[in-house]
Amino acid sequence: MLDRLVYDSIEPFAVLSAAAAVTSRVRLATNIAIAPLRSPAMLAKHALSVDALSGGRFTLGVGVGARRDDYAAAGVAHGKRGAVLSEQLAYLRGQLDGSGIGPARSPIEILVGGSSGAALTRMARYGDGYAHGGGPPRAFGSAATKARAAWRDLERPGEPALWGQGYFAFGEPDRGSAYLQDYYAFTGPFAEKIAAGNLTSARAVRDFVRGYEAEGCDELILYPTVASLDDLDRLAEAVS
Amino acid sequence: MRVSVIGGGPSGLYLAILLRKTGHEVSVVERNAPDATFGWGVVFSEETLGALRDADYTTYLEITDSFARWTSIDIHYRGRVLRSSGHTFSAIRRTHLLAILQRRAKALGASLTFHQEACPSDLDADLVVAADGSNSALRKRSDFGSSSTPQGCKYVWFGTDLVLDAFTFVFKETEHGLFQVHAYPFDEHTSTWIVETTEPTWRRAGLDAMSEEDSMAFCQSLFAAELGEHRLMSNKSTWLDFPLVRNEHWHHGNVVLIGDAAHTAHFSIGSGTKLAMEDAIALANALERDGSVESALVDYELERQPVVERFQQAAGDSAAYFGRVAGYFDLAPIQFAANLLTRSGRISHANLMQRDPRFVRVLDSWLAAHSAGTPLVPGAVAAPPMFTPFSAGGVTVRNRVVRSVSTPDLADAARAGAGLVLTGFVAVAEDGRTTPACPVLDDSWVPVVKEVHDNGALIGVRLGHAGRRGATRPTGGVDVPLRDGWPLVSASPLPYTPFGTVPAELSEAGMTQVRDDFVAAAGRAREAGFDALELDLADGYLLASFLSPLTNRRDDVYGAEPLRFPLSVVDSVRAAWSGLLAARLTVADWARGGTTVEQGIEHARALAAHGVDLVHVRAGHTTAMSRPEYRRGYLTTLSDRVRNEAGVPTLVGGYLTTPDEVNTVVAAGRADLCLFDPVPSPLEEVASW
Repeated sequence: MLDRLVYDSIEPFAVLSAAAAVTSRVRLATNIAIAPLRSPAMLAKHALSVDALSGGRFTLGVGVGARRDDYAAAGVAHGKRGAVLSEQLAYLRGQLDGSGIGPARSPIEILVGGSSGAALTRMARYGDGYAHGGGPPRAFGSAATKARAAWRDLERPGEPALWGQGYFAFGEPDRGSAYLQDYYAFTGPFAEKIAAGNLTSARAVRDFVRGYEAEGCDELILYPTVASLDDLDRLAEAVS
Repeated sequence: MRVSVIGGGPSGLYLAILLRKTGHEVSVVERNAPDATFGWGVVFSEETLGALRDADYTTYLEITDSFARWTSIDIHYRGRVLRSSGHTFSAIRRTHLLAILQRRAKALGASLTFHQEACPSDLDADLVVAADGSNSALRKRSDFGSSSTPQGCKYVWFGTDLVLDAFTFVFKETEHGLFQVHAYPFDEHTSTWIVETTEPTWRRAGLDAMSEEDSMAFCQSLFAAELGEHRLMSNKSTWLDFPLVRNEHWHHGNVVLIGDAAHTAHFSIGSGTKLAMEDAIALANALERDGSVESALVDYELERQPVVERFQQAAGDSAAYFGRVAGYFDLAPIQFAANLLTRSGRISHANLMQRDPRFVRVLDSWLAAHSAGTPLVPGAVAAPPMFTPFSAGGVTVRNRVVRSVSTPDLADAARAGAGLVLTGFVAVAEDGRTTPACPVLDDSWVPVVKEVHDNGALIGVRLGHAGRRGATRPTGGVDVPLRDGWPLVSASPLPYTPFGTVPAELSEAGMTQVRDDFVAAAGRAREAGFDALELDLADGYLLASFLSPLTNRRDDVYGAEPLRFPLSVVDSVRAAWSGLLAARLTVADWARGGTTVEQGIEHARALAAHGVDLVHVRAGHTTAMSRPEYRRGYLTTLSDRVRNEAGVPTLVGGYLTTPDEVNTVVAAGRADLCLFDPVPSPLEEVASW
């Protein structure tokens, strides 16, 4: 689930709770939740709740997002977003334990997004993995290299989990692209580039999946850009 | 479609040609005369020529017909000339290229207007192309997220009637400082002769106050030996700063940027015209492929931006190299050449091996002979740089590969071929541990040391005191404080992370204790049989906390002299330890107000003066808010500077994952040892069947 405050959308933890109620196998993730919009304790409460409701199927992806209006609406200082996110992650990893905030759960998998050196350091310090923001496989590969370098730099054992994401629409590709243009309008001309990356054929999806696999992606999330069950069937067919 | 191209340089004219071929109505408006141009010749690569051939065969034939081509690079260094061959270059006189493109554009029916500024009617075309150069006026009319900043040295672009037969670098030491020349032929009569120097040298030489004529005379006499009876020629040749142009967006409404208006890449990688003409090809192709101008512009930008970013990265590395090249004058000529040829990261040891196997044979055998302290024998062959031994501090490491792994994997790293294996952080005392699971120097190390030795490697112990990064949880992240930790100490009472324990300021008595702990641990390391001892003065741990203004806020003598306490530890350990003594050192904090590279190099120099044999170059993590710029080999340039400016052997990591990276780093003299992080491969399982 994507996260956005000042937009005609449903809050991601609420959506995932609903999804938890009607599914039993599918994994649930925020990718990413704009964590600084919430207090550390509330963020923890939401994450623990979704994890409990879904029987441990939840992964918490967090980042600072890219929208000033969300911060203004939430009354959070945009200028301190990086420091706030670090503090929240420190809280989730440390202070939460023994705080009395429940439901009590085993540690939830945490992904951290962002492309700056500070964000990658934060990921390697507190995260279990990296949530990439989207783009062609080569862009993912370059980000994955940086994430692995950061992981080594902080002397974490093993490898970070690497999550990627993409958008698709089969039946009504123009509607899907128009949605992306609207959703990302705040990025200015960049919205066009994101919309141009909308995968609109089975072949494009397969190439995308293969490309991400080759770059070492562990989990790839494909977001529908049109609400259509038919598109989901066609996606299943494309990747089967 | 009606297209207005503003600017009649190579990118604008070439785009006009390509768009005329697909039937668009094209007008080109250029403010200057048809033959007015800055500079002399321009360089192309083979790859670009292929693209030009496919895009327009007619101009390709004309361009290649008048090319100067050559395959060698000459390096004039300390009175000698080194030649490396197998490089393919071609160049053309810039005015000649423009004439070819103008003729072709006209023949295809494009309208060309010179001596004219763009007027409003030019801007209401279906597509307006800003091809008006790095100082683009059109770009300034909309918000492209543009930036233009000076990059690299001062430079001046001359021509000369000396016809070179190689790309030629001349490095010339003067009483004012170092000058260098980038020169290449571009037709049968003329060569480009660019002179470059740092701004301080330029000022010391008085060039800031010299007329154009006098500065040319200065350069003429400076390079009299190389130029002989030939003369420099001026074409509005004044000293310039290279403008690094970047744009977040390359199109806005119906206006699109191409060539220098969209981006520049420092002249020292010779890619400006190449990138400009490739832009034109990509834009013309996108317009032909896509249904709408809008989506074509998006496609063009998506295709070109990543390519240009890679060139800008390489160009930035190259520009920075020429800014500090005076620091490499202690390198042996062949290593100086290897460093120069691999400066931008686009050519590696393996690429050189392909281009010029003779050069690499000599380079590798020189390195092997140099490492062994023996003379270079003509016709010698040697293993690649990665496999040459390295001696320092009375020990010889069998190769340049260092692995730093956790304790159970040390013997495996030795079996995997590393010359030196390093432990992870080992605390000098219980209260200096990072986590409860952090090892200390007890007698459990004896069998580990033996097993590593049995597998042919040396073993070093990284000794440290965690300082304010102590008492954290062993798993689930780094720097997460324990709920019931032990008291911490640091140079000043500042916590490392949010919710982190506030350390006590280390007292004089505490310093004595810590110093004694280091000395005692060094004694135990000797007894355990370790070959190398690495003192941890990095990453915000206790000793490092004294070195940075961000973490040392003391108002006593240890604040006034940040090196005082760390050096006292080095001195005491050096007295107690006769083997290889390394220091893991943060040479740049990568945080505002923190230690700069220049200060870090000073610190490295001081450590070497106090008996440190090897500096393990680290950066960042002095505070948790540092901003590293991760990429492959992100610490290499720092190591290069420490090694060559402080004159101390270095070990560097920074995510080096391939033998080629290690070969390149070592051959070019950027480090003596490399921390190697091989990427696991499923092939290993297959290969062991």
